[in-house]
Amino acid sequence: MSNEHASALAHQFDDLDQQFEASTLGMWVFLVQEILFFGGLFLAYSIYRLQYPQAFEAASRLLDYKLGALNTAVLICSSLTMALAVRSAQLGQRRALVNYLLMTIALGAVFLGVKVVEYGDKFEHHLVPGPHFALSAHEPHLIGINPQHVQLFFSLYFAMTGMHALHMVVGIGILAVLVVMAWRGRFSEEYYTPVDIVGLYWHFVDIVWIFLFPLLYLISRH
Amino acid sequence: METNVVGVDQSSSGEPSAPPRVHYLNAAYGIGSWLLTKDHKRIALLYLLSVTFFFFIGGFFAVLIRLELITPPGDLMQSETYNKMFTMHGVLMIFFFLIPAIPAVLGNFLVPMMIGARDLAFPRINLLSWYIYSIGGLLGMGAVIFGGVDTGWTFYTPYSSTYSNSNVILAALGAFVAGFSSILTGLNFIVTIHKMRAPGLTWSRLPLFIWAHYATSIIQILGTPVVAIAIVLVALERLFHIGIFDPKLGGDPLLFQHLFWFYSHPAVYIMILPAMGVINELITCFSRKRIFGYHFIAGSSIAIAVLGFLVWGHHMFTSGQSIYGGFVFSVLSMLVAIPSAIKVFNWTATFYKGSISYQAPMLYAFGFIGLFTIGGLTGLFLATTAIDVHLHDTYFVVAHFHYIMVGGTIMGYLGGLHYWWPKMTGKIYPEGWARFAALVIFVGFNLTFLPQFILGYLGMPRRYHYYPEEFQVLNVMSSAGASILGVGYLIPMVYFVWSLRYGKASAQNPWGAHGLEWETSSPPPTENFEKQPIVTHEPYDYTPKPEEVAVV
Amino acid sequence: MWEEFPLIPPQASTFAERVDMLYYFITGVSIFFGALIFLLVIFFAIKYRRRSETEVPKPVHGSLALELTWSIIPFCLAMTMFGWGASIYFDMYHRVPENALEISVIGKQWMWHFQHPTGQREINTLHIPTGRPVRLTMATEDVIHSLYIPAFRVKKDVVPGRYTTLWFEATQPGTYHLFCAEYCGTKHSQMGGSVIAMEPAHYQQWLASVGAQAEAAPTDQIAAASPVEAGQKLFRQLNCHTCHMAGPLGMGPSLIGIFGQRVTLETGETVRVDEAYIRESILAPRAKIVLGYKPAMPTFQGQVTEQQIMQLIAYIKSLK
Repeated sequence: MSNEHASALAHQFDDLDQQFEASTLGMWVFLVQEILFFGGLFLAYSIYRLQYPQAFEAASRLLDYKLGALNTAVLICSSLTMALAVRSAQLGQRRALVNYLLMTIALGAVFLGVKVVEYGDKFEHHLVPGPHFALSAHEPHLIGINPQHVQLFFSLYFAMTGMHALHMVVGIGILAVLVVMAWRGRFSEEYYTPVDIVGLYWHFVDIVWIFLFPLLYLISRH
Repeated sequence: METNVVGVDQSSSGEPSAPPRVHYLNAAYGIGSWLLTKDHKRIALLYLLSVTFFFFIGGFFAVLIRLELITPPGDLMQSETYNKMFTMHGVLMIFFFLIPAIPAVLGNFLVPMMIGARDLAFPRINLLSWYIYSIGGLLGMGAVIFGGVDTGWTFYTPYSSTYSNSNVILAALGAFVAGFSSILTGLNFIVTIHKMRAPGLTWSRLPLFIWAHYATSIIQILGTPVVAIAIVLVALERLFHIGIFDPKLGGDPLLFQHLFWFYSHPAVYIMILPAMGVINELITCFSRKRIFGYHFIAGSSIAIAVLGFLVWGHHMFTSGQSIYGGFVFSVLSMLVAIPSAIKVFNWTATFYKGSISYQAPMLYAFGFIGLFTIGGLTGLFLATTAIDVHLHDTYFVVAHFHYIMVGGTIMGYLGGLHYWWPKMTGKIYPEGWARFAALVIFVGFNLTFLPQFILGYLGMPRRYHYYPEEFQVLNVMSSAGASILGVGYLIPMVYFVWSLRYGKASAQNPWGAHGLEWETSSPPPTENFEKQPIVTHEPYDYTPKPEEVAVV
Repeated sequence: MWEEFPLIPPQASTFAERVDMLYYFITGVSIFFGALIFLLVIFFAIKYRRRSETEVPKPVHGSLALELTWSIIPFCLAMTMFGWGASIYFDMYHRVPENALEISVIGKQWMWHFQHPTGQREINTLHIPTGRPVRLTMATEDVIHSLYIPAFRVKKDVVPGRYTTLWFEATQPGTYHLFCAEYCGTKHSQMGGSVIAMEPAHYQQWLASVGAQAEAAPTDQIAAASPVEAGQKLFRQLNCHTCHMAGPLGMGPSLIGIFGQRVTLETGETVRVDEAYIRESILAPRAKIVLGYKPAMPTFQGQVTEQQIMQLIAYIKSLK
């Protein structure tokens, strides 16, 4: 244990190894909890998709799969930069760490920007669930489909992507704190626990999107 | 490193600790030193105050319910008010008292001490979880103050999402927020138990209290987020009418019941498992005996936690779910009876050839075993599909879960509070009063809830404001019992507070108990132990072999 | 003494005695184990009470044989309870007799609405004959309710958006409680009344007297029209006949004699035309389309009440 990092060791731990292991385990347990949190939404999705397959297929066509694909690519890149950030932290490369963290934040912001465009588009086309929800009469593939089932799809779409976007916002906030800490030289080869566990979180949020994209955007594209 | 071998430090147990000594209570003064503390022991006391507050508010609603039910017609209050009373009773008692009571008070205090750690793995998260709990509590109380909620604690849709005209969103948000405090506590315990055990404290040397809390934490981590998302969806549905559970908009109201019970059935085990953990400590100490079947009791805690996730459908036997689904859930629910039976039989066997003393905590433990046995056996009726069709949503169910949650959890909680009170506060409570209170609570409890089993089989539905006249006799008995029970709960409240000021100072180990928490002074220092403890013995080793007694 | 202080409700259906037998069995097992634990704890507590402060008892180790005994015996007993209960549950919820008297039930905050096959309606009171199976087809206009008749030991939730059914056969004439068991709002505890079981001859008399009353003074509550007549009227009003009564060239399949038949769907699956399928076809027409037809039918969600759907179904059933 090097002396300059004694301040990073919390009093309840014996050494930095124990602290690192405990923090990592804590994040994994937290992610298990997150899986069940999203699991409830995925369950609701599965049940309604089984119940109203036609309506879900028709509703899925109203989403812009190109924007969804773009966002998928953006997030995969952000996972790469995050992984590189963790590696830089392990190697003690302060400047590279800060840069990679900033790139991750930028990619996260692009993702959210695209999401805002998509939400705005849905708002314009009255596809946001609630009293103003309405389906355009000109869409041939919507004939005979109960509009309420389409609304159900969009309720789940907004609940799932909204909850995901919330996790992105939180993630970006935490990354910003990490940037400041990294800038001040708080991390080193011996102590980089926060970068490591935030990395776990960020990859988890990406994986959730990897499931959301095909389930929401690609139902009818096969 | 200095060491202190467990199981040998009996010499200091006789004398009170010297008065001018720094411990966690007098280490710092002022309100800020409490509200910003990261000491798990102080956070436990913060929780103690909060859960006690909610217990008495929830109890107040129970008093009003029992008063109203003395007569068949609804003459004391409006139906709307009555419905709010039982809803708030359920919401406050379950989310703000029963779920946090043992883990957040006794668990918070004891988990680090029992495993020889200086604190939980994440002290700041621990404090955060108390603040989250308090915000949840404020939201819950907000719902009460701004007119109450009338959905029942189960928040069934579509009544909660569309039809109720009460503060559903506030109450649901309260339960949602409190859920995260429960998740964080569970997370903290799991990591602490995995990573921070004292040298020599292997898994099979862990006190059963720790095993019980470990099993509880698993449920908190896996179950709570599911109900959290279900509650969020109800709130969204209420706000925006989006149709996730509303059949008029294509939704399925039964989906909510599935999501809700996926958590809320295991939640019962969040309440009862820690109480079982407490009972293990009590009966070994006051029998001076090693526990009978240590591995079976530890394993049964995990078995209950796992099986608990597979039985939620037994709340839905009459809901129109597939009958074959009903069969599966019935079999799995029956299986929960096995680990529960293992525990009860092992406790009973522990008394065999013991040296049993009747101190107050032991009386609560006896009470627990009796009441939990009744609660568990009546669970068999409800797990049996055909009987449940008749008993579902009747007073039989009400009686059954009160035997588990009140007869079980609160008995365990009070027993544990008496047992560790000297450790937590450094004071001795008045023994005579404590025994008297245990007796009053036991009698009052049975008088309140035994008649409700009969009421239930006779067919009185729960949540009924008006009821047919032939049910009056049993209802009057139940209300009479409730008044005794109410007094029973007030007595410990009074003498605990009294003992803080006038109680005798406690020795380090007033019960002659085994366990790391008794290896340090009462009250403990902020860092818990003067020296890092090292464990060389099995737990509950009240009859050590001579060669194992050694001082380093 | 038990007359005045009963422990079980009246046994008035074919299920009651079977359920009670099982109840006595589980009660017996529970009392045995409860007493065993209580007596052992009390006996040990007295026999092995602490006699001196320095006393240290001899250690007793665990015993695998004992652990297995007290796992396996409860397991076998629990499985017996399961099997016994499951056989009754199966008959109660699945094995509906063929010749049952069909009564439709609609739950509504806070009343039960019943309609007999011959058109008689009643609210919060249900007249039924003894000695004949009665099958209730239940729907709700608003929240979840649950129809509960303790004397018959039967209960079933009524869930919005679907039909649930319940059957029983009364054995004893008498008046019994009828409750709503699922909390449904402010007047939940007043949503109920009684079930009046009558000898079949008395039931017929009652039907006739209510029918005569209705003809003399038709009101909303006691309509003269049977569900079939009401359904026929509605069928015209909603223009169902333009597609479904136009012979083989119609836009939709002909409904004559269709009830109870199996039809082949677009997807190649077959489905039996029952109450639930007709209901779904009215509310979500595209869900299961019959082979050879276009998905042209609009949804009637929000335009018909549960009661009207039941009338339409009754009419379609009558088309022979």
